Amino acid sequence: MFADSEYKEFRQQAREFCEQAIAPLAAEADETQHFPQEAIDRLHEQGWWSIMLPERYGGKAYNTVQYSIIVEELCRVDGSIGLTVAAHNSLGAGPIYNFGSEAQKEKYLHFSDPQGYLIAFGLTEPQAGSDAGGTKSFAEKRGPYYILNGTKCWITSANLCKYAIITARTDKSGGVKGISSFVLDKGMEGFSVGKKEDKMGCRGSDTAFLHFDDVKVPEECRIGPEGEGFKQFMKTLDGGRISIAAMALGLAVGAFEVAAKYAKKRIQFGRPIGDFQAIQWKLADMACQIEAARGLVYGASVLKDNGENFTQQSAIAKLYASEVCNFCTSTALTILGADGLTSRYPVERMFRDMKLTEIGEGTSEIQRVVIAREILRNIEV
Amino acid sequence: MDFQLTEDQIMLRDTAREFAEKRLKPVAEELDAKGETPEELIRETAELGFFGLFAPEQYGGLEVDSLSYALIIEEISKACAAHAIMISVHNSLVIKAISNFGTEEQKQNYLPRLAAGEIIGAYSLSEPNAGTDAGSLQCRAARDGDHYVLNGTKSWVTSASFASIFVTFVLTDPEAGPKGVSCLIVEKGSEGQHIGAAEKKMGLKASDTREVSYVDCKVPVGQLLGEENHGLRVAFSLLDAGRVGVSSQALGIAEAAFDEALSYAKEREQFGRPLVDFQATQFKLAEMATRIEAAKLMTYRAAFLYDGGGRHSKEISMAKLFASQCANYVTNEAVQIHGGYGYVKEYPVERYFRDARVTEIYEGTTEAQKMVISRALIKGDS
Repeated sequence: MFADSEYKEFRQQAREFCEQAIAPLAAEADETQHFPQEAIDRLHEQGWWSIMLPERYGGKAYNTVQYSIIVEELCRVDGSIGLTVAAHNSLGAGPIYNFGSEAQKEKYLHFSDPQGYLIAFGLTEPQAGSDAGGTKSFAEKRGPYYILNGTKCWITSANLCKYAIITARTDKSGGVKGISSFVLDKGMEGFSVGKKEDKMGCRGSDTAFLHFDDVKVPEECRIGPEGEGFKQFMKTLDGGRISIAAMALGLAVGAFEVAAKYAKKRIQFGRPIGDFQAIQWKLADMACQIEAARGLVYGASVLKDNGENFTQQSAIAKLYASEVCNFCTSTALTILGADGLTSRYPVERMFRDMKLTEIGEGTSEIQRVVIAREILRNIEV
Repeated sequence: MDFQLTEDQIMLRDTAREFAEKRLKPVAEELDAKGETPEELIRETAELGFFGLFAPEQYGGLEVDSLSYALIIEEISKACAAHAIMISVHNSLVIKAISNFGTEEQKQNYLPRLAAGEIIGAYSLSEPNAGTDAGSLQCRAARDGDHYVLNGTKSWVTSASFASIFVTFVLTDPEAGPKGVSCLIVEKGSEGQHIGAAEKKMGLKASDTREVSYVDCKVPVGQLLGEENHGLRVAFSLLDAGRVGVSSQALGIAEAAFDEALSYAKEREQFGRPLVDFQATQFKLAEMATRIEAAKLMTYRAAFLYDGGGRHSKEISMAKLFASQCANYVTNEAVQIHGGYGYVKEYPVERYFRDARVTEIYEGTTEAQKMVISRALIKGDS
């Protein structure tokens, strides 16, 4: 059936790990807005900080289907931890592996180290959100260094990360072709992290601004040639969209399961509310949409694994799965009634986490722009 | 049809608007973060007479019409929906219950203090196992001489930690089920009454919500409101007024979110142009504004019909259903228009989004409204 069906056992093991090691951390991480050290350690033991990297970098060498299963299963129990794993793997480590030099891979991708560590991804700026090409951060070439100035916002794992890859303009003219990418070490002078964002959801994940004030960046920290940064990051986002689609799917499944159990157990008017047609139809609609989203998530994952162009499919998967997630978490809340609005059930958290999936890594509006652009580019008249 | 507001309605709306903008809006985010309602704001609300909106003039109330009440709740909700629900519960459930069903002694005892805001009222119908199915209450009140002895648990009690009286529905005749429910005015501090911990809620965090439980709590028989075993009549008669309140609250939240989204879309530039230059944003704004307009007309009409007497539960439930769905739609779109900024607490749309959700749940879920509406349609009412 779906691309993920041959990974039943793999999924089962991932699920057991998530339920046993991650689920118990979720509520506290949300309430205290703190990413738990225990999660870092357990994920490291599991090898999930380097899911798709080859073994020589300490990676698991899993394919995208397996990666999506892991993100889905993590988010089924906790959006914050799932998001952090996804951002690190696909946005942080991915581009260094895909676009970096051999020396950079050796230096930054050493996940067999006993200490888990994270790489953050910095594209968005206060004035460059959906318009990512509007990057204002500037890296001025001075001998063997660049002098970097600017600000990046909504950076996942800004405080926790050891390294960050970012984009900056190296040519003031030149539009998006004047943008290059760099990998920065957290200890660099002039590189600071802003205050942690107080977010609606995914509160266990660490989000903050990055500030660059005359940071002296050695030339060898540039990833690929000058002017390639925007292209690299856009390609990275194509993959990142699969992550957020898998995240949205996981949250939807998590909320759906809680709601279905509740509907079977909760008695009103002398019967379980699952006996009422209004509730039955809600469950049926949720299940249909989840199945469709699952097909899109794993379909896009297979395209990527096969080396085919997956820009349109990943945008479709991300757009659809995040809207399914909105519908399912919201409908689950409705089924739970007032119980759903409190922290007694995880649906309240899942609903708040959900809204990120319609915003992060390209809003739903931008997904529609990407999809339409691909359609209009490819259609012959 | 005449869509003009009277001078009195305009004056009350403007008073509420000024108070909301000056006193509530600047602190709403802080109150949400702290999860509290400061006494000072309760006192100022009392000075405006807003705790006596539905109390008869002879007991010191303003005795306003329902449209004025709707306008006030709408304006307060634009700034702080949590503050609005405290006012709404106090007026539409507690004061109405006592005004409509209380003995003269009960009215004299409670209404002047409630109307002046010296004491705040709470309302206790829901239980852990009796939500939409309000007829299946389990909280017992056994008669013992000149007292009732209460045992059981009530859920989702608004203002529970600082309320002085609790209009509480209990089973006085367990054999009779829904026909064995009575309504009691329970005073704060009655022995055996236990106020639970504050619920950790998604939204309306500044409003106080708790469980209230009773273990052998003695309440004098004189505290019976209405007739014994006819309590559900009291409860059901209040539903419509409460729904006009929540409808107005949802409307206010939607309008506030729309205003923020419009001004953000005008200011925010991407791709070298303000967001309002993009057709996708323009059409979002048009859809949001149209739904708000419809919600407003339905809400105001519901208030107007309520005052005219007769049975209008269908129209009132329709207004509540539509306005609460509108609030969820509009706040969701407002967050989308803000992008990442809509997901953090620096911008109020983050709070509006969380606050909107409960409007589809309390005073009857969206599903309960559909039960009311479809029942009326099938029976051919109104």
